[in-house]
Amino acid sequence: MNLQKDVKLTQKLSKKVLTAKQPTWCRGCGDHSILAAYFRLLEKLQLPHENIVTISGIGCSSRFPYFVNSHGIHSLHGRALPFASGVAIARPDLSTFVFSGDGDCFSIGGNHLDHTARKNPDMTYLVMDNTVYGMTKKQTSPTSPKGFVSKTDPFGAVDEPINPMKRLIACGATFVARTSASNISHVMEMLERAHAHPGFAVIECLSECTQFNLGSFEGLNPRKGGAFPVIEEKLNDGSPEDEKRHDPTDEVAAYKLAEADYPGWFGVFIEKKLPTKDDLEQSLIENVRSKNPEWGDREHLQASLNSFA
Amino acid sequence: MVQKREETVIRIVGHAQDGVQSLGSLLAKLAGRSGYQVMTYMTIPATIAGGSSVYQLRIGVNPILTSGDVSDLLIALHQDSLDAHKNALKKGGMLLTDSDQVKECEGVDFEKHFAIPMSIKMNELLEGRGARGKNMFLLGMLCNLLGIDEAKVEQLAVEKFGSKGEAVIGNVRKAIQAGFKYEWDNGYPEIALQAVENPPNQVTMDGNSAVAYGLIASGIRYGAAYPITPATSIMEMLREELPKYKGIFVQTEDEIAAVCAAIGMSYSGHLAVTSTSGPGMSLKMEALGWAVMAEMPLIVVNVQRGGPSTGIPTQVEQSDLMQTLYGSHGDAPKVVLAARNVEECFHICREAVKLAREFSTPVYILSDQGLSTRIEGFQMPDLDEVMIEPVLDLSDRPEDFLPYPPEGITQHAPPGTKILSGKYPTVTGLEHDEKGNPNPSPDNHMKMSAKRREKIKLIEKQSVEPEFYGDKEGDVLLVSWGSSFGSARETTMRLQEQGKKVSHMHVKMIFPLKKSIGSVFEKFKDVYTVELNDEGVYGVGQFGMLLRSTTCCSNIQSICKTDGLTFKVSEIMDRLS
Ligand SMILES: Cc1ncc(C[n+]2csc(CCOP(=O)(O)OP(=O)(O)O)c2C)c(N)n1
Ligand code: SF4
Ligand SMILES: [Mg+2]
Repeated sequence: MNLQKDVKLTQKLSKKVLTAKQPTWCRGCGDHSILAAYFRLLEKLQLPHENIVTISGIGCSSRFPYFVNSHGIHSLHGRALPFASGVAIARPDLSTFVFSGDGDCFSIGGNHLDHTARKNPDMTYLVMDNTVYGMTKKQTSPTSPKGFVSKTDPFGAVDEPINPMKRLIACGATFVARTSASNISHVMEMLERAHAHPGFAVIECLSECTQFNLGSFEGLNPRKGGAFPVIEEKLNDGSPEDEKRHDPTDEVAAYKLAEADYPGWFGVFIEKKLPTKDDLEQSLIENVRSKNPEWGDREHLQASLNSFA
Repeated sequence: MVQKREETVIRIVGHAQDGVQSLGSLLAKLAGRSGYQVMTYMTIPATIAGGSSVYQLRIGVNPILTSGDVSDLLIALHQDSLDAHKNALKKGGMLLTDSDQVKECEGVDFEKHFAIPMSIKMNELLEGRGARGKNMFLLGMLCNLLGIDEAKVEQLAVEKFGSKGEAVIGNVRKAIQAGFKYEWDNGYPEIALQAVENPPNQVTMDGNSAVAYGLIASGIRYGAAYPITPATSIMEMLREELPKYKGIFVQTEDEIAAVCAAIGMSYSGHLAVTSTSGPGMSLKMEALGWAVMAEMPLIVVNVQRGGPSTGIPTQVEQSDLMQTLYGSHGDAPKVVLAARNVEECFHICREAVKLAREFSTPVYILSDQGLSTRIEGFQMPDLDEVMIEPVLDLSDRPEDFLPYPPEGITQHAPPGTKILSGKYPTVTGLEHDEKGNPNPSPDNHMKMSAKRREKIKLIEKQSVEPEFYGDKEGDVLLVSWGSSFGSARETTMRLQEQGKKVSHMHVKMIFPLKKSIGSVFEKFKDVYTVELNDEGVYGVGQFGMLLRSTTCCSNIQSICKTDGLTFKVSEIMDRLS
């Protein structure tokens, strides 16, 4: 073991250590702030460096892993979740983080939301929603508001946008939160809670595309006179005020919050405990193996083949 | 005393509810257990009512290559079944019918006919449940005729039906015994087999089971798939079996998710499998290209069926070859192996796993619908020899670790691995440099395309010549791949017996193809690929196209067909005459 190794492997995870390539995002792009929040989270958590996996789909936002010095995958458009599910299911010992765009998550990869949620693998997924296709230079996205003028909707978008929060609640994810890149400490707070949550935790994060959707989230910044309404969660302290607070296990209440007009609510919509994929598979494995606890692979296989003899 | 036979072909035809499938598979198992060689052929009756259920078994003392063109004994349980399968009986063969159902045997070219009132007989015996007992009655009868030990039948019946309660097993026993003790008044079907000298220790299973256990033996512990005929039973078995090995198999929402999840598992350090058939294969293509680009090891099983599109899900075809080779966009070289029979379905997994690991590449295993359901007996695998230990290599990687060394073979560092430089790679489907950083420059794309190509060329170099049977020169060379092996080999043997100058080459590694085979082709007047696909616009099958383009030999032609059935030997002979 050389000295250099000791230094490199025992060093604290700082932003400097965690930075790979300098981000290639446009100046002012909201994605920079999300990366900054991710670095802050990793600095705080101090996970073993080699156990951090950063996975993405395809899009501007999905360039994310290149800017992070960790194991990672830049996968396919829409397929970040199934790639990450494979990792999280086979290696529950890792910390799996997934980042991708609104097109990636709600359009081409839409179906994977429900089925990832059904399996509840332990991972954190942050959707970087700029309500536009950034990478391909301004086409309508499933979250683009009606009337949005894009290259595929030169007369303004006519199709109904989806409501991301309703979609995430309905998919059955066990942790659902909403935040905005304009509020880095809130992004960091949501990421931290999502990471701490056992199971599939998903965060919708508004992130301005300054290139193709400038000013899309105007009015979010309280310092500029905007509003950033944060959900107050129940403290279960028996106080009369607590009655009015949001119960994150209440799906119907979460759905109502998701209905609020722009800018909508920020914070934790859903947080519920369900067994993770790993819990379920491990108990299945234990169950099966308890029938012949002293058998190794060879004995199992021989017994199976003998049943065909 | 009649002479005992070296082999016999029995075809049973009936309706779906007659239990023809379970009769056939139990008989195959008993033949295997008794040390006989056995190969079966079956068709699943169409989902609409009235379709015939067919089970054909070829049982013998010598190695068996096909399930037989025609049968020595045809057993018909219904009139329409007989009408539809008249021609499946050998000229002058034996016919056995349920005389309560079959009244008319005109046009059947039999020498002997045994008409047994099975329906009434079984109804009396089983108090009104006769229809359900016929198959077990026949099982007992056939075992008696073949010379299979009654105790073995009894034991198998207990294994199979023991858990279903006293009433069921009691009826099964009654029916089997009635079959065994059946008193023939005017001769009996002479199908008795010679005894096997030294009965081998065999397993008797279908191709999909062989793939599933082959994968397990080769150390595969993780995988993902989506149900699709005729590949489904592979994922079903792996889901049931893998927990014993602390592994996990997941059913995903579609084939895209399945291949992506399997890639994720492989990336995480556990070489994984995804299994499917044509339509699913089409969906996987984008991600398979990713695996080639990122140089991720992966096992892909394609149990081919009739295409294109939804095609003929329950019939056999070998028409996915070109898709396998070129279905993903861009230049995406990978390794493609095809299994010739059930035994090879088991052992080919080991080769696939070794290549996938050593060369960090996706490896496709091609099987087909015929192999998936066909039952064969084969030598019990020696686990000391065939088992591969699954390894998760999380050992530290050195300071100078590169995920994509331009001159070397990629070996990824799965997450959880410390890299001593402190620099961790992102694996990607974008063209990348040696560190994995995106790099679209012309030089780099040329260099990395070469890297992906050269490792496949290295596999070509290391590979062995395809198996060859017969003289190295002559008039006709038959070239088979996948399950066409048996029919091509049997044809060759028969023609050689007739003094014809015919040889046979069988190709297991479809890609990379051994380049030197061109020099073999030149020594023959005519070279024919034997393949279950369409002859195409240019008159050669898909494998023929590959051979032509690889070797430039103009004597390559094809014997193709797309009737959804495996080749009969007679069909190949006809094409050559
Ligand atoms: C299968 C496939 N279809 C289309 C594309 C082209 N494409 C790349 S990124 C993208 C949209 C990205 O939008 P989004 O997911 O919102 O990410 P953003 O760039 O806005 O961050 C599209 C359509 C692709 N790469 N792959
Ligand atoms: S195009 Fe938009 S989303 Fe992409 S980097 Fe630029 S600002 Fe960000
Ligand atoms: Mg977007």
